[in-house]
Amino acid sequence: MRVVDAQHIVKTYRVADKAPGFGGTMRHLFRRKHRDVEAVRGVSIAIEPGEVVGFLGSNGAGKTTMLKMLAGLMQPTDGVVRVLGHDPFRREAAFLRRIALVMGNKQQLIWDLPPAETFRINAAVYNIPDDVAQARVDRLAALLEIEDELHRPVRKLSLGQRMKSELIAALLHEPTVLFLDEPTLGLDVNAQAAVRSFLRTYNAERGAAILLTSHYMADITALCDRVVLIDKGSILHDGALATLVDRFAPLREVALKLTEPVAPERFAAFGEVESCDGLAVKLLVPREGLAERLPRLLAELPVLDLTVHDPPVEEVVGRVFAEASQSTAGAASAVDPDAPEPLEAGAVS
Amino acid sequence: MDGFSENIDPSRPTPDGLPEPGSSPPVGPAAWLRDRLRRTRVMTGVFYALMVEYRIEILLWAVATALPLIMLGLWSEAAASGKFVLGPLDTMRYFIAVFVVRQFTVAWVLYDFEYHVVSGKLTPFLLAPCDPTWRFFLIHIGEQGCRLPFVAALVGFAMLIYPEALRGTEARPGVWAPGWGRFALAVLAVFLAFAMRFFMQYALAMLAFWVERVSALEPVSFVPYVFLSGMVFPVTQLQAQYGDWAYELVLLTPFPWMAWFPASLLVPGVEVPIVRGFATQLVWIGVFLVLQRFLWHRGLRKYSAMGA
Repeated sequence: MRVVDAQHIVKTYRVADKAPGFGGTMRHLFRRKHRDVEAVRGVSIAIEPGEVVGFLGSNGAGKTTMLKMLAGLMQPTDGVVRVLGHDPFRREAAFLRRIALVMGNKQQLIWDLPPAETFRINAAVYNIPDDVAQARVDRLAALLEIEDELHRPVRKLSLGQRMKSELIAALLHEPTVLFLDEPTLGLDVNAQAAVRSFLRTYNAERGAAILLTSHYMADITALCDRVVLIDKGSILHDGALATLVDRFAPLREVALKLTEPVAPERFAAFGEVESCDGLAVKLLVPREGLAERLPRLLAELPVLDLTVHDPPVEEVVGRVFAEASQSTAGAASAVDPDAPEPLEAGAVS
Repeated sequence: MDGFSENIDPSRPTPDGLPEPGSSPPVGPAAWLRDRLRRTRVMTGVFYALMVEYRIEILLWAVATALPLIMLGLWSEAAASGKFVLGPLDTMRYFIAVFVVRQFTVAWVLYDFEYHVVSGKLTPFLLAPCDPTWRFFLIHIGEQGCRLPFVAALVGFAMLIYPEALRGTEARPGVWAPGWGRFALAVLAVFLAFAMRFFMQYALAMLAFWVERVSALEPVSFVPYVFLSGMVFPVTQLQAQYGDWAYELVLLTPFPWMAWFPASLLVPGVEVPIVRGFATQLVWIGVFLVLQRFLWHRGLRKYSAMGA
């Protein structure tokens, strides 16, 4: 049984359109204008039990909207969503008992009380016996190394401690499907690593499916076997992370250390020169020709050391979004000379 | 590293092939009742602890809502001259009783709900298998628990200023004691009056799904509440002054049953329509509840659009 089965999901918002300034305010007051914004455009996605899937996309791409529809907070404008066999928006108790949504920018902890008080409420709401709930809190707190902080008011906890407490509150009922929206937002490096390690353990031991959005590629590379790239409400890629790199990164980076300087034009036969700094040279070589070119390169040049890298995933993803943006802008500019400039390649979240 | 769930056996598949749920619903009416009682007990305890954090604010709030005690000072002279519907002793006891009723019928769910909708903090409530109404209702109960000692102190202070209210006057000696039966009815009436006030405001609060600052609508219900609930004068004064039509007209509104009715039950000498009072309270609670549910289901779609 698929835990998530979404077919041709569309979500359209109606937003007010107000021009700036006094005139715009007056016009908006007496003759309100609206426009429809298509946040998600015919997205289909299926997730199997135990899968960890990362949603990647720039701000406003539709990632969080998708998560909200899958968690039952929003009703799709069109399409069919089934999560654990339920229509999420009906928010049936049997469905809610098996899911959790953690949002990095919204918390369920009671601000002026210790996290332990929120856990008590959750235990009662989910009908978890006190002793079982306490045992779970103890285990989760030990995994997250936050045992000593559960009896301090939430307002006195650090951001990382609060997020760890949020995770305990969200996982107390041991959900089968976990939706995470920017779970490491604003955390320091250590806290990010702890949260990632914790989620890996939870996924492995509980067999829970995890659907994750993050601005940090490290979250995606550390946790997700599969990535879904969303741009302007449509899926650009859905598959393994490695496939993404193969598909969108046709070049490999070859770093050389030479024993003596070589004229730059001699590198042209092997690939494009990315940088040349004395004895350290970096070349971009097409993946297909790599096996044939490397032996030749070693034979013809005074090479002391050679390493081959995939380009960083951030770079690959950035390239995908830039290409998508360019193709969209190209199509738009064909009919609209005032179409906006394409996104920068680095504008990836 | 310990496993996550103590009750999961990977070799034992569930009917749908998924891991066993980590929590299960109560099965049977007895288990359901135990579950609801536990929720109520735990939430009330936690929310009481939360309100204790805000104790100074609650004390100031209790003092600031002492309008009935001020009205007592204003009406005392009229009562002494026989121009008031109640005698001097009943006037004292009535307004002190109204003060107590007022303290335990304060509702602020409109502001709380508006905050949760506008800030998106309603989201975690929607993801739990528990209607958010439980939380909003029980946090008020927790607040009343925190308010209790302050109310006792303020009533004690009022008794110091008006000692006759407690021990009786020369014309009508006797300690203020409504009798156990009437006292129990009064406690029930106060609770129902609170439920009326809560659900009236809660129904209004649902407009937060459409209007960002729904608290601006509060005067729509608060102004008639102040003047028609019996806080400023007992509604029987209308009967004495304008005739039965004015009295009956006001009794058709929900307001007199929110203060005048329960407060009158606490004053032994004051007659009050007990059966009609409870029946009317229950009808109004039902009306507000139905309205709230209607608006809730429609509003949730709007909440999504606001960014959830």
